[in-house]
Amino acid sequence: MKIHRLAIPLAEQAVRRLRVGDVVFLEGKVHTGRALVYQHVLEQGHEMPLDPARVSNVQMHAAPAGQEESPGRYRISSIQATASFRYGRWVPEYVRRFGIRAVIGKGGMDAAIYRDVFARTGTVFLTTVGYGVAALYGRGVRGVDAVYWKDELGLPEAMWLIDTHDFGPFIVDGDCTGASLAEQAIDRINPRFEHAYRSLAPHVLKRMGEIDQSLEQEVIAGNAGRARDR
Amino acid sequence: MKTSWIEAAAYEAHRLAATTHPADVRAALERSFEREAGELPRFVMQAIVENSRVAEQDQRPICADVGVMRMFVVAGNEARIESGFVGLEQAVRRATARVTRDLALRSNRVHPISRRNPGDNLGVFAPNVDYRFEPDADWVELIAVHKGGAFGSDFRMMVDGDGLNGVRKGLVDAIAEFGRRGLTCPPVIIGVGIGGTKDQAFGIAKQAAVLRTIGDRHPEPEIAGLEDELHELADSLGLGAMGYPGTGGYALDVHVEIAYTHSALTPLGIHQLCQAARRGVVRIHADGTLETRDAPSWFSDYSRRAGV
Repeated sequence: MKIHRLAIPLAEQAVRRLRVGDVVFLEGKVHTGRALVYQHVLEQGHEMPLDPARVSNVQMHAAPAGQEESPGRYRISSIQATASFRYGRWVPEYVRRFGIRAVIGKGGMDAAIYRDVFARTGTVFLTTVGYGVAALYGRGVRGVDAVYWKDELGLPEAMWLIDTHDFGPFIVDGDCTGASLAEQAIDRINPRFEHAYRSLAPHVLKRMGEIDQSLEQEVIAGNAGRARDR
Repeated sequence: MKTSWIEAAAYEAHRLAATTHPADVRAALERSFEREAGELPRFVMQAIVENSRVAEQDQRPICADVGVMRMFVVAGNEARIESGFVGLEQAVRRATARVTRDLALRSNRVHPISRRNPGDNLGVFAPNVDYRFEPDADWVELIAVHKGGAFGSDFRMMVDGDGLNGVRKGLVDAIAEFGRRGLTCPPVIIGVGIGGTKDQAFGIAKQAAVLRTIGDRHPEPEIAGLEDELHELADSLGLGAMGYPGTGGYALDVHVEIAYTHSALTPLGIHQLCQAARRGVVRIHADGTLETRDAPSWFSDYSRRAGV
């Protein structure tokens, strides 16, 4: 596995060289955001408290384990990403508008976003590894520069600006060619499921929506893009 | 039994759950890493095992998502608490708030409609406290569990004709749905609840996932055999850590609990406990000694109602 150590703000050239399966460690300022941050900025139109393209062009889908130790002073103990497919409706606009070069998340996103948006903007999706290796990532946080909108969004959901050092490892799940590591894995795994299903009769009592036995479908939103490709 | 002992035990149970993998889980993760031959999932398993050590060493939460903090209480029938069970619940609430602040745990409990966050992991019905009683015992055991919950759980109302095939298919469905992208955070511990009432099936499945140790087998040989068979089935799908194709195994173990059910139906519950399997067990003895234990005592012949 190829290992890259990159400084934030990330340069477009460096990002475009990354390929799915590569390992990345980061150094510099990362800002967090989940649904409430996206709604606050993109739907309610609040002005961004920082200039991401200049300061922190890496956004992490995360609500850290952290507390306010004394007024205005914060401590993060552990941090990792949350499932990113939930933010599919906001990520394209956020990335375009604020010049985001890397989104750190969990589980990847619909490959249509990589292909139709990230390939043009020069952005990658970096997945946290293991899902729940937050102590390891916590060691990579040197400090908390600021927490924005704490009163409006609550402490975990607020936008945290963190200073990172040797922050990783992350794996490139979506690169600027539009490739998706998770989809490649699923394509390799599906025949095993098909094999298992051949000997398993359907349940007698069906649930609403349970009419498609195809493994094309996934729980993440927007998988129509994937079916359309075939 | 003094209330202060209970609060100290609740705090310690939460601290252990947050920062320290149970010994059986740590060992199973290490075995999974050793078995893994795929380059990507092996890299991931290495990080998982390293994270487990770092969390304990630095006293950081294993996972940033504290999940929903909850407490399972095994109360000896002969145990006497100075302030009664109301005092126990107050002590559990105080300990939850304190450990949240001291370890900088994520304040994760919010109002489900307004999303208001009180900041201390307390609220309406929060934390959950569940009880069971043990005869001929004068101790109280507190079992803290921290678990997320978006992915991996499933419930299905099966009918009498579905049989064991229905259980197998239900398990493969749950893995296809949430495991293929690694959203369940594998390798997982799978709990399967078969029978009882609808809420019971879901409840015993959760307890099977979070309150039994790796390698533990159900006392009924038929059910123990089913646990082995379902474990093999889960691993046969070829998913490793993060859902990447691998040889380390998707499940660390599968635990099945059954309950006698309606003659026409077989409700089926499934829970998948992530690799950050967080559980802390502290027993309070009548003399005030606090004993940290690896294995929770939630399940016993009595709790399964054998011979009652």
